[in-house]
Amino acid sequence: MDNKGTPSVGVKINRRQFFRISAAGVGASSAALVGVMPTAAQAEVRQYKLTRAREVRNTCTYCSVGCGLLMYSLGGGPKNARAEIIHIEGDPDHPVSRGALCPKGAGLLDFIHSPGRLRYPEVREPGSNAWKRISWHEAIERIAKLMKADRDANVVDKNAEGVPVNRWISTAMLTASASSNETGIITQKFMRSLGIVATDAQARVCHGPTVSALASTFGRGAMTNSWVDIKNADFILVMGGNAAEAHPVGFRWAIEAKKQRGAKLVVVDPRFNRTAAVADHYMPIRAGSDIAFLGGVINWLIAHDKIHWDYVKAYTNAAAIVGEGYSFDEGLFSGYDAEKGKYDRASWSYELDAAGNIRTDPTLAHPRCVWNLMKAHYSRYTPEMVTNLTGTPQDGFLKVCELLGETAVPNKVGTILYALGWTQHTVGAQNIRTMAMIQLLLGNIGMPGGGVNALRGHSNIQGLSDLGLLSTALPGYLTLPNEKAHPGFTDYIAKTTPKALREGQFNYWSNTPKFFVSLMKWFWGDKATKDNNWGYDWLPKWDKLYDVLQVTELMHQGKINGFIVQGFNPLASFPDANKVVEAFSKLKYMVIIDPIATETSTFWQNQGESNNVDPAKIQTEVFRLPSTCFAEEDGAIVNSGRWLQWHWKGAEPPGEAKGDQEIIGELFVALRELYRKEGGKVAEPILNLSWPYRDPAAPTPEELAKELNGRALADIPDPKDPTRFLARKGEQLPGFAVLQDDGSTLCANWIFSGCWTQAGNQMARRDNTDTGLGNTPGWAWSWPANRRILYNRASCTPEGKPWDPSRKLIAWNGEKWAGADVPDFKADAAPDSGMGPFIMNPEGIGRLFCVDKLVDGPFPEHYEPMESPLGTNPLHPKVVTSPAVRIFKSDRERLGTHKDFPYVGTTYRLTEHFQFWTKSVRLSAIAQPEQFVEISETLAREKGIAAGDWVKVSSKRGYIKARAVVTKRVKALTVNKQTVHQIGIPLHWGWEGVAKKGFLTNVLPPAVGDCNTQTPEYKAFLVNLQKI
Amino acid sequence: MALQSLDILRRSATTTPPPGVRKGVEVAKLIDVSACIGCKACQVACSEWNDIRAEVGSCVGVYDNPTDLSAQAWTVMRFAEHEEKDRLEWLIRKDGCMHCADPGCLKSCPSPGAIIQYANGIVDFHQENCIGCGYCVTGCPFNVPRISKEDSKAYKCSLCSDRVAVGQEPACVKTCPTGAIQFGSKEDMKDYAAERVADLKRRGYEQAGLYDPQGVGGTHVMYVLHHSDRPELYSGLPANPSISPLVSLWKGFAKPLATLALAGVALGSLFHYVTKGPNEVSKEIEDEIEAEDKEGTK
Repeated sequence: MDNKGTPSVGVKINRRQFFRISAAGVGASSAALVGVMPTAAQAEVRQYKLTRAREVRNTCTYCSVGCGLLMYSLGGGPKNARAEIIHIEGDPDHPVSRGALCPKGAGLLDFIHSPGRLRYPEVREPGSNAWKRISWHEAIERIAKLMKADRDANVVDKNAEGVPVNRWISTAMLTASASSNETGIITQKFMRSLGIVATDAQARVCHGPTVSALASTFGRGAMTNSWVDIKNADFILVMGGNAAEAHPVGFRWAIEAKKQRGAKLVVVDPRFNRTAAVADHYMPIRAGSDIAFLGGVINWLIAHDKIHWDYVKAYTNAAAIVGEGYSFDEGLFSGYDAEKGKYDRASWSYELDAAGNIRTDPTLAHPRCVWNLMKAHYSRYTPEMVTNLTGTPQDGFLKVCELLGETAVPNKVGTILYALGWTQHTVGAQNIRTMAMIQLLLGNIGMPGGGVNALRGHSNIQGLSDLGLLSTALPGYLTLPNEKAHPGFTDYIAKTTPKALREGQFNYWSNTPKFFVSLMKWFWGDKATKDNNWGYDWLPKWDKLYDVLQVTELMHQGKINGFIVQGFNPLASFPDANKVVEAFSKLKYMVIIDPIATETSTFWQNQGESNNVDPAKIQTEVFRLPSTCFAEEDGAIVNSGRWLQWHWKGAEPPGEAKGDQEIIGELFVALRELYRKEGGKVAEPILNLSWPYRDPAAPTPEELAKELNGRALADIPDPKDPTRFLARKGEQLPGFAVLQDDGSTLCANWIFSGCWTQAGNQMARRDNTDTGLGNTPGWAWSWPANRRILYNRASCTPEGKPWDPSRKLIAWNGEKWAGADVPDFKADAAPDSGMGPFIMNPEGIGRLFCVDKLVDGPFPEHYEPMESPLGTNPLHPKVVTSPAVRIFKSDRERLGTHKDFPYVGTTYRLTEHFQFWTKSVRLSAIAQPEQFVEISETLAREKGIAAGDWVKVSSKRGYIKARAVVTKRVKALTVNKQTVHQIGIPLHWGWEGVAKKGFLTNVLPPAVGDCNTQTPEYKAFLVNLQKI
Repeated sequence: MALQSLDILRRSATTTPPPGVRKGVEVAKLIDVSACIGCKACQVACSEWNDIRAEVGSCVGVYDNPTDLSAQAWTVMRFAEHEEKDRLEWLIRKDGCMHCADPGCLKSCPSPGAIIQYANGIVDFHQENCIGCGYCVTGCPFNVPRISKEDSKAYKCSLCSDRVAVGQEPACVKTCPTGAIQFGSKEDMKDYAAERVADLKRRGYEQAGLYDPQGVGGTHVMYVLHHSDRPELYSGLPANPSISPLVSLWKGFAKPLATLALAGVALGSLFHYVTKGPNEVSKEIEDEIEAEDKEGTK
């Protein structure tokens, strides 16, 4: 016991402790029993690992909630230290996410450091079974030569009528919805100068129908309100989406509404999903029968007079009189051409008076006024019919009607959160339209806590849509010229500049010439002059929509040689993946630009059953170029609420990876050099393209963001006061109101104008002050003009007072509109001016009847999915599926019937994963490691399947093998007197990554899309199931 | 001594009275099961912050992954489908250490300083002192600690003691998308829980209530349950958790031994005194011991 000599401090403590312990007994005896002597250890916690780590702000790269990130890196920032990101957590200052991150966001660290990150350029030579590392120089030179050879051989300079079209179809390009606006806009410039029109972003397979449906109803195609605003709702319907699963952090505001306002949350979905887990009510529905449900709601609201009449009469086209030619009979609207499978939409129009204004009947008595046509149309959608078509129990359906109906009063507001559960159908746009109509009837548009909230997918899919990275679009929802409608500049301006349809309307698209000419000045710089119509002829003109289904079909027919794939995994994303592999195998060359290894990049590899190809027979030359990810770049992305949020680089990319802007820059410079040296077909658009960047091979995010905002090319005098100027030459513009149609302004995207003004980068603002109702106008910047809730004029009565004084967003103060939000209205237009709140519509009001804006009808009608479990349509048995569907012959042959494939398959995401990326992310793979399908207990019993068993799910087009999750959350439904089983099929798997290898889910769904946008019908198709 | 917020309340296999002058905040984590969507953000944030990565497992026919707690998975979501009167409920519970006021793990731990209970309520494992005996596993009424196959040491949730020590909330709390996990003083958490329970009762959950089991002296991780009368519905949350009788037995067995040991020490001292004379304990040590004694009696 005793120690000789002078004890050290440590020994002293030991000794003292041990003495203590011995005296007390208990601990010492037990310690002694197990042979452990006390040590000097103190209770030190693990040291806090971030004490001096460098903190950088960024925005999550996954979904459109746009959560704020704090990225921490090793190394305090000296030149000698290379920053290594060691931790990422949420930014507590962020108004939407308030420090939270979903399971994907919380695992971002493993995305940045994924073993799947690409580190250097590679090529897979024709017929080879391996990648070969090459230099950037070799990669760019070889790709540029391949592109030029293909373009010189195939670009079309003029069509048969002699109209310049400058169209290059034989090389297609996909763009990346997780890339920044700055990458997006430089890609737009690059592509159109080359004449590429066979191009799409993920919007095509995602929210395409949202843009069609919402723009045709309200005037703009975007989520109407903002994430935080959901907290102002009294009633929240989640249908056609699974917000808790796909947008967990945005969904927090629904929970907040429940907690703070006592809001009711209702879920209608084929599965009892994660949103349903926290809902007050859940109703099942057969996938693909949403219009039947919602049409039934319209019928119920009318029958029970749950209509916000003052709103409907003032702010919708209910009173407008429709022309005599319009009819609907036995499933067909007037004007159908059975041979072409298309409608002539001329009869779906208003009756106009001599002055060109809409004729109306404010009493709503006229038999052809929109109100009465609508009432008659939906009178067929009785509760019995709804139950018969949807399988939803009638009491459940009526419950939803009642809860929605309660919001028809001025001081109760309901909202809808939806996503791809509505878009990915042949009737996708019409699904959304039906809900948009309901919200107009209830007076819930423009209201805080209301709206039609399209929860967008990718982190910048909103931005890519805004930037026009779609086959027939240009930035700011301008259309790319069409060879028939717009052969010349004057045709284009005449047809894209609408005239007001009622007196005194703002009709904001009347400014189209200013937007377009400013865009042309951005494209062609000084080369764009009034004399050459601002370079109009250099733009490519489209002949038809080159959506991803069209492009795959052309590829399959051997008509496309090159495919540039920027941040997209089409093999996993496109429907009928087996056909897609065949199509890719016919390409001459493919260029992949991606931070991570994708199945697309290795489509030529044999993966056994899941990709049974022979590499030796595939002659495609595949290049794989490593790009940066969000953490390694500056730039802005647009969240679902239209906020442009700037983010900052936290570290260098791995290996030789480069930013997309640099890759596109190098490729363009190499191509331009080839055209300068060798000449070539249709060289003018390339040689005349304005490329004023300090380093032409690497345009910077700042340079591009400033162009997105726009600047004055000459002094812009103030028309109200000739001694003043709206902007001086060379200055950044204050907003789109200053744009000119005389070539004195440049602007790459008019709706983004205001994002980088003379006052600096507005997207980088971080003032999260709440100006009321959760509005934070000082945080980042939102289009248009920093307005946060679209159509907010409609939150007030026609007299200019808020419908609900407790929800005062803006109001007329006697001189102008003002309040917590920026008015989405002409600021000085007095309430008695008669100007309507839907300022993008030439009629100024919301459209219950959407005239000729959609190709498949002015009112939504229920049509069965292309693969229907019923094989009939009880509403009109002669017209089962939508008559306006476009389907290629070869794809029609690959449709199955309910006799061979008796079950309804529906695909979806899981919250643990984001598309096909996160299977390369260890933390995400741990949380959800392996492919599975969800089936009901009834079906499992019938098939002898137990939870965890392997099953095979097959469609006419292919099969997958997966584990079975047997669950009470999926139930058999009775539809049209038959039992319908639904099988839930999560979509995340493939062969690249660290998760368990799996099958591409999209071998199952058919290659057919929404009538208006061709977004594929992933949500309702037919499958069979067997135990293996 | 560590940071002030980490003042020690108890230390395994140690009877040295802890310092007791400073009074900090007693913290708690509240898990509102009625607002939980089972997204697993808490699981991922926990692994990310604590630098642990479980193996990539398999789907076993349910959403649960990892399927159980492990040395590399300190919290997991447990999904239970409950159907009653035609109403389906998906009861999703975040499982992990409850940070008991009367921790069975600490009581049963034989290794001094391997388990510490801080004054703020956190029960933390110190692996450098862990001998891997597994008594904590037996001692835990919630079946939480796990012994690592790699280093044979016990691991579990630390309530992010490293973050709390510097004034932050645990990683799982911060990341929770829906605010189902809250953190604050235990008192505030109880108040907040009462609000949530009232809301649930308004929505028809008559048996909604707070889970703060007194059998273990209350916990520093509490649940708001829709069915607080039947906690076992939530993937077997124990209705009346208490420290395993084995621990009591072990203590009962140990105590006489301790007395014996003490007697032995006394006897040894006597011989020592007889043969060597009085022990030379420095004045300094004596003063220290005395001072400590006084503190300990407060």
